[in-house]
Amino acid sequence: MRKIRSKNIIEVVKSLCAQANYELPKDVLKSLKMNLIYEKGIAKNILEEIIQNATIAKNEQIPLCQDTGTANFFVNLGKDVYIDDGNIYNAINKGVSLGYADNYLRKSIVFDPIERKNTKYNTPANIYVDIVSGDKIKITFLPKGGGSENASTLKMLIPSIGWAGVKKFVLNVINDGSRNACPPLIVGIGVGGDFASIGLLAKKALLRRIGSKNKNKFYDVKERELLTDINKLNIGPMGIGGKTTALAVFIESKPTHIASLPVAVCVQCHSCRRKTVII
Amino acid sequence: MRINLDKLVLSTEILKVKQKILLSGVIYTARDAAHKRIIDILDRRGKLPFDFKNAAIYYCGPTPAKPGTVIGSCGPTTSYRMDVFTPKIIREGVKVLIGKGSRSDNVINSIKENKAIYFIVTGGVGALISKTVKKVDLISFKDLGPEAIYRLEIIDMPLIVAVDRCGNNIFKK
Repeated sequence: MRKIRSKNIIEVVKSLCAQANYELPKDVLKSLKMNLIYEKGIAKNILEEIIQNATIAKNEQIPLCQDTGTANFFVNLGKDVYIDDGNIYNAINKGVSLGYADNYLRKSIVFDPIERKNTKYNTPANIYVDIVSGDKIKITFLPKGGGSENASTLKMLIPSIGWAGVKKFVLNVINDGSRNACPPLIVGIGVGGDFASIGLLAKKALLRRIGSKNKNKFYDVKERELLTDINKLNIGPMGIGGKTTALAVFIESKPTHIASLPVAVCVQCHSCRRKTVII
Repeated sequence: MRINLDKLVLSTEILKVKQKILLSGVIYTARDAAHKRIIDILDRRGKLPFDFKNAAIYYCGPTPAKPGTVIGSCGPTTSYRMDVFTPKIIREGVKVLIGKGSRSDNVINSIKENKAIYFIVTGGVGALISKTVKKVDLISFKDLGPEAIYRLEIIDMPLIVAVDRCGNNIFKK
């Protein structure tokens, strides 16, 4: 059994908070640059500003966006490793509170959704743990802004509606809410499971690298079809009209009940910040 | 087109929807929680945190400034959450609104009736926008942290006219 100290995890998380918020992932930046040729006028200017912003943020270590987000952590915790002086939840939360304070990131979490008093540490983080084989801990950090999160939607469809119904639902979600979600977007879709699990699956779909193929052939084709359809909606960069409404569509599916067809659409803004570290 | 805020509030007719400009002048940040407090103040006829006559409000909650800088990342937040408060705020004299995303019909009508204007800034480019902010002062609601009201002196902030004073709307489907 491999033994690990909380301090080790705290330091990793602190550093993840800074790096993810200052540096746009290479695949996102590449995709933005590739889409420049499809736009002109002010829509193209917007894409140029986004690309320029990424350079300034990285070089000067300034957050890409003032909304440094809810701190989402996806953890693969090896079954042969244990934290001998604490637990993964406390260690990550401690890392977030220190990482957000030390790196001048915004604290955007309130204790209660009605009373709305700021917790001042950007905690609690959302921590999702999967137990896996091995003695490593893989931690992926996804700071997610509130604007795009507010455009995300979940619905329990019925089986007879099939893929056509899922597609219609996704296009409606994007058409209704995404002008306010800082497009060009990355669209994470979860299909199947149940009410509780499908939102999480849609969010996890956002962790895929832009340009990667879906391992499921059916959904791989559907991802490309949906991307084309979304980009025909003429929403464009920041919703002002244009061809670049989304950079990618990622679909994940899971088994579901004979009566159900749950669908969740997790909308991610262009500032798709994510970073993974293996301890 | 470079434009100064003082000139703009006197003649909003010079700008049309979809026009791109670089704005300079003094603007005030206010987002969700600050708006709620402003409305409470108006309801009990209290003293407003700054002079609303011809003022510009920027929907923004910046990250903390690093030592040696005036402000952190400071892009716009989504405007529609303020829609329920905005007509009342425009009636009090605010002339310029800066944020991102679409507005309600009520807000657009209010902009039209009062010859106001709504600009959008590219969202998610807060590092770039921070370069246009030259001076920052905390004005009110310090306890709200990032949601406090700050007075910003800006030079050449890149904006797009999203709703002009005739009510023409960039987001009209």
